[in-house]
Amino acid sequence: MTASALQELHKGIWKENPVFVQVLGMCPMLAVTNSVINAIAMSLATFFVLVGSSFLVSLCKDLIPHQVRISCYIIIIATFVTVADFTLQALLPAVHKELGAFIALIVVNCIILGRQEAFASKQPVGLAVADAVGTACGFTLALVCLGSIREILGNGSLFGIGLFGPHFEPWVVMILPPGGFITLGLLLLFFNWLQETRRQRRATAQPSADEGVTAG
Amino acid sequence: MALRQLLTRNTAEPSSTRLVVTLGIAGLLSGLAIVGIYELTLSTIADNKARELREAVFKVLPGVSRFQKLVYAEGTLQPAASQASGEEFIYAGYDANGAFVGYAIAGEGPGYQDTISLLYGYKPAQRRIVGMEVLDNRETPGSGDKIQKDPEFRENFRALAVEPKIIVVKKGTKPKPNQVDAITGATVSSNSVVSILENTNRRWLNRLPPAGTEPPLAADKP
Repeated sequence: MTASALQELHKGIWKENPVFVQVLGMCPMLAVTNSVINAIAMSLATFFVLVGSSFLVSLCKDLIPHQVRISCYIIIIATFVTVADFTLQALLPAVHKELGAFIALIVVNCIILGRQEAFASKQPVGLAVADAVGTACGFTLALVCLGSIREILGNGSLFGIGLFGPHFEPWVVMILPPGGFITLGLLLLFFNWLQETRRQRRATAQPSADEGVTAG
Repeated sequence: MALRQLLTRNTAEPSSTRLVVTLGIAGLLSGLAIVGIYELTLSTIADNKARELREAVFKVLPGVSRFQKLVYAEGTLQPAASQASGEEFIYAGYDANGAFVGYAIAGEGPGYQDTISLLYGYKPAQRRIVGMEVLDNRETPGSGDKIQKDPEFRENFRALAVEPKIIVVKKGTKPKPNQVDAITGATVSSNSVVSILENTNRRWLNRLPPAGTEPPLAADKP
């Protein structure tokens, strides 16, 4: 039980990373990563919604008839999103203003609905929560990577603190949408290359090993 | 009893009553949760908004220590209840002795991407804008959003004459008090700010009472 929970946790962060491997959740990913603070706030909100809904869906899975399950998941997810929205608005109004509509759009983040339908609705509560935590951490990792790179290059700062002094000319394109696509493309390339070299090394170490996991 | 039967797992084909009941219960619980969090956060959110507005009024009207909300009704400006909403109000700022300093007027209009809303200070005695603060904008990060942050652009609004008309000019060519230096690379956003000011002025300036006859500070207002 504990071992498999750890496995679910690890899987979401690395082997089935929602962004770098499954390439899901691109809309919030590209929209809010123009600074690290925004990326972290978005990740925290998504973390809360994902873990909360996975817990509740897994808990209620026997009560929800198959025919109306998607509507029930959406109601559960939307409730958590509204809670996160109001909480953020009360505690961190400046961040809420920056993220704007993207908080409300977490409802339709396919990572969250995907985890409910593919995992939480079929697994015991412990595993469902482990899976949600892993996936949320994987999402956070990706957002923080992208947010740091774009903020450093596009604004010459990290966490709003200037890094290069007054003579740095920021690459404005990096904080605009094209910069998001360019950075994401390069990161995808890097992570795929990393996984590919790892797999090749493993294949040469033990030639009988079958083909590694490929995710769509 | 019947509810329990409805809610326990039923294999083959659940009745439509059960589907409706499940969704109804889910909606009800969700509604309760949302109302709960709304009630919990409402006062903090309202405080945040009020503080934001207060800070903005103090920024656009230098030298003001107190202000009150005024509503335009029946051709005159009258003190308004602080909870009153609607579009027809402005803020009057007073110094520490209670003497009138100027008005803070809110305006909004289309920007390059979405509505820009701003607040500006206006001194009727000098017929000049003395400060401008962008409250909300969705302009392009890194260029258009400089209307909110760029100190050089904001400097334009420290003593901007409103007559005959506010005009945007190319950066560094500002010779007259009624001209605004545009931000390089963000001409549309700069123009938007000025046209919002122009439109709001057109709406408000002839409603203001003659200089010197502004409504006094209501006694009970902090």
